[in-house]
Amino acid sequence: MASVPTPLREIAKVIRSKNAGPFEITLDIVFRTKADFEAVKKSGVITRELVSQLYNVPTQNIITFGFFDLINAVKITLPRPRAQGGIGETDMHAAQQHVPLQEIRVPWPAP
Amino acid sequence: MASASNDEIRILTPSGMLGYGFPVDHFKLGLALRPHAVTIDSGSTDSGPQKLGKGEMTCSREAYVKDIEVLLEAQHETRIPVLISSAGGDGTNLHVDVFRDIIAEIAKRRGWRFKLASIYADIDKAHISRELKAGRIEPLGPVPPLDQREVDAATVVVAQMGAEPFLKALDESEGVDVVVSGRAYDPSPTAAMAIRAGFDPALAWHMGKIMECGALCAEPVGRNVMGYLRRDHFEIEPLNPAERCTTASVAAHTLYEKTHPFRLAGPGGTLDLSQCKYEQVTDRRVRVSGSRFEPSRPYTVKLEGAKISGWRSIFIAGARDPIFIAQIDDILTRVIAGTRAYFAEVPEESYRIIPHLYGKNGVMGDLEPVKTAAHELCIIIEVAAATQSLATAICGKTRTSLMHTPYPGRIATAGNLASPFTPLEIPLGEACEFNVYHLMKVDSPTALFPITYAEIF
Repeated sequence: MASVPTPLREIAKVIRSKNAGPFEITLDIVFRTKADFEAVKKSGVITRELVSQLYNVPTQNIITFGFFDLINAVKITLPRPRAQGGIGETDMHAAQQHVPLQEIRVPWPAP
Repeated sequence: MASASNDEIRILTPSGMLGYGFPVDHFKLGLALRPHAVTIDSGSTDSGPQKLGKGEMTCSREAYVKDIEVLLEAQHETRIPVLISSAGGDGTNLHVDVFRDIIAEIAKRRGWRFKLASIYADIDKAHISRELKAGRIEPLGPVPPLDQREVDAATVVVAQMGAEPFLKALDESEGVDVVVSGRAYDPSPTAAMAIRAGFDPALAWHMGKIMECGALCAEPVGRNVMGYLRRDHFEIEPLNPAERCTTASVAAHTLYEKTHPFRLAGPGGTLDLSQCKYEQVTDRRVRVSGSRFEPSRPYTVKLEGAKISGWRSIFIAGARDPIFIAQIDDILTRVIAGTRAYFAEVPEESYRIIPHLYGKNGVMGDLEPVKTAAHELCIIIEVAAATQSLATAICGKTRTSLMHTPYPGRIATAGNLASPFTPLEIPLGEACEFNVYHLMKVDSPTALFPITYAEIF
């Protein structure tokens, strides 16, 4: 079957970011079905290296990175660029830091 | 008052956050199911360090009065205990006392009577200093090690209590109707009720972890939720008939705002959810089993504190000229250098000038993947300095320079900015910063959390 690079925002059910306490940011990608989750996992596109590049965080500083089968979800937790709510804050709740994940392209069956 | 049978304890939580309001009709549906306790959390660090730093509350006093009155009415009618944690958001002693005053005011107005237990969570700085010297405090996650200067700078430091202080409040004094606590681990009140009734602590903590967010575990997300804890499992169901819990929604709930979906550290141990089983009991109710709890030795509590780190002023302006927008980074660099030269007598490191460029990278900063700016920008310049007047002065100098500075190719020679508001410079008051977020070893889970009892009428 022909496949085309498809952005995750067209595949996943949830792609979001949020504080996990004042010093961490956590990113969730939740899939609609086990099949979607497995297909994305198998594609090998979502890696620590990709996260490192998208969020400018050395791979060794990534706090959590994993594909969690029980919940069909990818969980990524990173150190916050700055302590929450201090001088220079741009996103108190870290609720709008998910967009680079939306744009990740995964080979997907052509519609 | 209903007491938990050997087989089941039922807990009702009306909302994930006291003060946000909740549907009272659904709460009453929950009361009709004869819960053994009502629990509700009001704590969070999520809206920022200014609560701890400046003694602010998450919600208005009026909002707390509205929600607490509904809870007290339920207590008055059913006599089941009501447990409220993390008073005011930060859970400082100050806000435990605000909640006590609210309860007293409502009791007096309505002619009700309650026995109230107040549990306090401010930690004496001298105690923290001793423990720091003894090497019993360490960073929690990507946080710098604590030092004495930061302890001194913190306005107040609280610790998150576990279930034990709630157990103590309910056990050492007869007939407590209402418990108001300072900073607590959010699931603690629910876990305490279940542990007290003899149920498995792992299930108790897991059910508490889900219920502390109200019906956030439902689809669509909601407020009132009921938990049924039994010997080897618990069940969870939203009270709004239009909402349902699904195995997916309940299992995925522990992703939300957590470092790890299956390993949740709290006071006294870590909840391990990696072996949990989720079953759909009805189309709206989910059964959970297989939760595990690993006690930590020694027992640790999380310290939270914030300090005032300066005074802030901002200005907000629009930019529409494409010739200006195309050069905005260079122009700002030049303008900020000019401001710094003008304030040469102020130590350079004692103040900061930070541009926020909406329409370019205002939300994501350097991480912004889109490199082209929009056709118009909202420019916010944030200045932080040692006093309000200095912050405003630096802000003003930066604004007038940015307004009038020439730049290559400029043909709009009257002004570079569109200013929507007066005052043009807006003083924001003190800026706060989280500076304590550490784990402290404790000998006793209750010793740091004093309890007082009072008859309120």
